Amino acid sequence: MLEMLQTIEFAPFLLSFKLAGLTTIILFTLSMPLAWWLSQTSSRSKPVLEAITALPIVLPPSVLGFYILIALSQNSPIGAFFYEYFGIKLVFNFTGLVIASSFYSLPFMVQPLQSGFESINKNMLEASYISGKGKFETILKVALPNMKPALITAIIVTFAHTVGEFGVVLMVGGSIPGETKVASVAIYEMVEIMDYDSAHIYSGLMLIMSFLVLLSVYIFNHKNNNKFAGFHR
Amino acid sequence: MIKININKKLQGSQADMELSINLSIKEGEFLALSGKSGSGKTTLLRIIAGLEDANGELDVGEESWLNSTMKLSPQKRAIGFVFQDYALFDNMSVLDNLLYVKKDKELAEHLLGITELSELKNRLPNTLSGGQKQRVSLCRAMMRRPKLLLMDEPLSALDPQMRTKLQNEILTLHREFNTTTIMVSHDPSEIYRLASRVVVLENGKITNDGKPKDVLLRTSGSQKFSFRGELLDIKKVDVIFIAIIAIGQQLVEVVVSEHEAQNLKIGDAIDVSTKAFTPIVSAV
Repeated sequence: MLEMLQTIEFAPFLLSFKLAGLTTIILFTLSMPLAWWLSQTSSRSKPVLEAITALPIVLPPSVLGFYILIALSQNSPIGAFFYEYFGIKLVFNFTGLVIASSFYSLPFMVQPLQSGFESINKNMLEASYISGKGKFETILKVALPNMKPALITAIIVTFAHTVGEFGVVLMVGGSIPGETKVASVAIYEMVEIMDYDSAHIYSGLMLIMSFLVLLSVYIFNHKNNNKFAGFHR
Repeated sequence: MIKININKKLQGSQADMELSINLSIKEGEFLALSGKSGSGKTTLLRIIAGLEDANGELDVGEESWLNSTMKLSPQKRAIGFVFQDYALFDNMSVLDNLLYVKKDKELAEHLLGITELSELKNRLPNTLSGGQKQRVSLCRAMMRRPKLLLMDEPLSALDPQMRTKLQNEILTLHREFNTTTIMVSHDPSEIYRLASRVVVLENGKITNDGKPKDVLLRTSGSQKFSFRGELLDIKKVDVIFIAIIAIGQQLVEVVVSEHEAQNLKIGDAIDVSTKAFTPIVSAV
């Protein structure tokens, strides 16, 4: 068993985590203003934006991957623009994966953040405005510290969901070792060439890690709920 | 001098109504806003704070906070606001709640001293009782040394003893800082103790404005006693009728004539008054 573990190639795992880490950081930054706006607005365009944000949950990954592929390829205006002015190719490389993952995992970041912001007592935010503080400072010092469970859920689930993606990655990235061959794609290929031993080890590792990640989220949220309940209980 | 002249269309629970307020408040005045729920008191408070939009003008001293061309944001208005549900920052200690508003440790310690909270300054809000939380909220509202202190039913969630204690502290703070104050309240005894003027709102309009004594005391003419109550029941006993009336937290029985009994419905709001007699007052 130990020998097998030593011979195994861990590059796809590392790639998966690098991709998930980058995607999480990018989404955290970009989703924050969107989630805040969605939580505070009563604009008529809110349902439209919410529906668009939630699309990646219901769309087959192949559909999402197809559109991203079309949009980013060098035949499209966006792809052509980036290639011409920055010399960057946006598909079948790591950059393409990051962009595709950011679309794919968007709802997993936006939705917990939005419900976290919505759970904050509006009077608390208004008390901060009345104290002379702007929106940015209010979000940073009042809203975010009071929604830690939502924050942790958003970050961890986005990370885990990106590690677990398969269809979009395959469509946009293909399977270039060290560049776009992430763990899920590697498992798919192992099964195709009937290397069940490696597939078992990879799949087992994925299963254990995913479980531990979710378990830690639930333990954290459970503890936090007790802490925030005060002593009236 | 604070001049308020504002209009706003409101969607009430029954029908749309227009909030239309024209009011001048002297510096240092303690004004109580009273009236049924849904009469626009809280909305008026929120408009003054800049938390809601309205048409019209709002001038505080030399500054204009609202006119036809501009609306000053809540951040730029020198106000303190005490919410009914305290709205403390749960992630900060008592002291940090105050320092968040202004990094003035001396003032913070002084305020906590007045309200007897010094020993609790490192506690988180969730470990405090309702009365303690509201005192923190009051201190926090004073940290900006506001020109105008707004309180939205600050004591309504507290028990009677805690109310009395907080009323004293509100009075102490008002005497020390002489902050012009507007407080929404339903409680006549609270208004009487704290306010120098009371304004009654009904359906978005001012229907009464004067000294608490004149507005709140219900006696008129030669009446010596008058209470507002709710008719709970009318019973016929032999040849007389007895009305059971709830006045505040007390139930009383009053004999009524057959004619009176026929004109009353259970659930009616009624005035109970009496003329010539000398009440006996004794300590409980």
